[in-house]
Amino acid sequence: MKRTMIATSAAALIAGLTTATAVFAGEEDELVIDGETLVTKAPAPEGSPFSEVISGWRFRSDETQALQMDDFDNPGMIYVDQGLDLWEAADGSEGKSCADCHGDIAGFAGLRAAMPKWSEELGTLATMEELINYSRTEHMGAEPWKWESNEMLSMTAAIGLQSRGMPVDVATDGPAETWWEKGREIYYTRFGQLDFSCANCHEDNYGNMLRADHLSQGQINGFPVYRLKWGGLGSIDRRFKGCVEDTRGVPFAVGSDEMKALELYVASRGTGLVIETPSVRQ
Amino acid sequence: MMRNLHVKEWGIAFAALFALSLPAMAETAPGDVAFADGAVEQSLTGGAGDAENGRAVFVDRSLGNCVTCHANSDVADVPFHGEVGPTLDGVADRWTEAELRGLVVNSKMIFEGTIMPGFYVKDPAPRVREDLVGKTILTASEVEDVVAYLRTLKE
Ligand code: HEC
Ligand code: HEC
Ligand code: HEC
Repeated sequence: MKRTMIATSAAALIAGLTTATAVFAGEEDELVIDGETLVTKAPAPEGSPFSEVISGWRFRSDETQALQMDDFDNPGMIYVDQGLDLWEAADGSEGKSCADCHGDIAGFAGLRAAMPKWSEELGTLATMEELINYSRTEHMGAEPWKWESNEMLSMTAAIGLQSRGMPVDVATDGPAETWWEKGREIYYTRFGQLDFSCANCHEDNYGNMLRADHLSQGQINGFPVYRLKWGGLGSIDRRFKGCVEDTRGVPFAVGSDEMKALELYVASRGTGLVIETPSVRQ
Repeated sequence: MMRNLHVKEWGIAFAALFALSLPAMAETAPGDVAFADGAVEQSLTGGAGDAENGRAVFVDRSLGNCVTCHANSDVADVPFHGEVGPTLDGVADRWTEAELRGLVVNSKMIFEGTIMPGFYVKDPAPRVREDLVGKTILTASEVEDVVAYLRTLKE
């Protein structure tokens, strides 16, 4: 039986090589935006389940890769522009804009790279969406934005872009530690009728084809992401939701503690990569 | 269409069995499948499967969806074969019928911790979608059809 297993995996390898090279030439490509090379592959830090951390960009077709290499072609940049307009727009009972209090949005450089993070004010592990809504309700006297609304996606994209090229740097110690552990537990738990864990696909099988999909490590350093399939920008939670649904399972609610714990854990698996917001995927 | 026809065929088969007053073979329930070293000797339906329908179940995304993970030259007409599992060319030369049945019913009995789903297992994991609770991915007769189909994959 051992012998046949070796024979079959060799055959699978050959089949894999031919399909992979025919359709996906991109795994060795470099992501260069405005003359600057972004790290898309790096040796994994100690304690990582990977030997190398690899950006999801590397697993995409040449055409999809190209869209992220030029800000004029990147459809996510339309949202960034809307986010920059919102940054200047007064709203709420205080009649203030984000800019009135925070000044230049560039002041938020590095914030996306540290998300999600423990917030003393909120008394919880906070996502970017929650920090923005906290400021809207507490500081502006404005209505919170819905998680997947155009406004929220535009603002998380505009703030995220300020960290583009900066290394992923999430804190997993202190009050964040129990969240991180919960996230890890979820990551390795199998769900749904198909009985898959995140790790089954994104750790054990990245680089392999799952029908027409080239499996990546499932990194979130490029979120919010512009997905051609969605025809728009989407949040981390939207992607996680879709992946759990693909197990024929019930996804966690958007913004739930489970989602936030998973976000922290997945973000930490990207240590070594840099922020790519807004990324483009198929 | 195909599935309706299939149900009808079975109806006729059962009617025929009844007419001959043979004892009707009971379908084995998911929890009652008897494994020996990962293999399942007994047909889940008591009868032989239909290889042609098995091929359809093999490629159908909502049924076997085996192509998502396995390459198989016999279904070269279907685009995009996955490479998560080994190619199934010549699989009947490598495994007996009972082993193939065991692999389709619950491959975890042979490959511990494998990503391959158990196709005749109820609620294998938490958070199963509501409308699927208590249901297996394939029916007993679909499992037998797939096994009959795999038996045709010889080199
Ligand atoms: C009335 C003043 C005011 C306005 C207007 C305002 N904020 Fe804030 N914001 C604050 C204060 C005060 C804090 C907490 C202290 C800090 O971290 O700067 C804060 C915190 C934040 C944080 C968390 C920063 C961090 O490092 O943890 C984000 C993100 C944020 N605001 C985004 C926004 C956005 C987006 C808008 C516009 C939609 C906005 N804020 C409008 C006052 C304001
Ligand atoms: C059955 C396989 C499968 C499982 C299980 C799965 N995913 Fe995915 N996931 C995919 C596929 C296919 C894609 C799209 C191609 C790619 O990037 O891998 C994807 C994409 C992603 C992406 C986007 C990556 C990027 O670069 O934009 C993230 C993030 C992700 N998955 C996270 C998860 C998490 C978290 C879980 C567990 C809750 C999970 N996935 C479970 C198949 C799976
Ligand atoms: C999510 C991916 C996945 C799906 C879907 C899947 N398999 Fe598998 N299968 C595997 C993997 C991976 C292996 C190898 C066992 C291992 O090492 O985990 C395997 C092994 C097998 C083997 C043993 C092959 C050999 O030569 O050793 C057979 C037979 C098989 N699968 C049949 C099927 C059939 C039939 C279906 C559809 C009803 C199916 N598989 C669906 C992943 C999958």
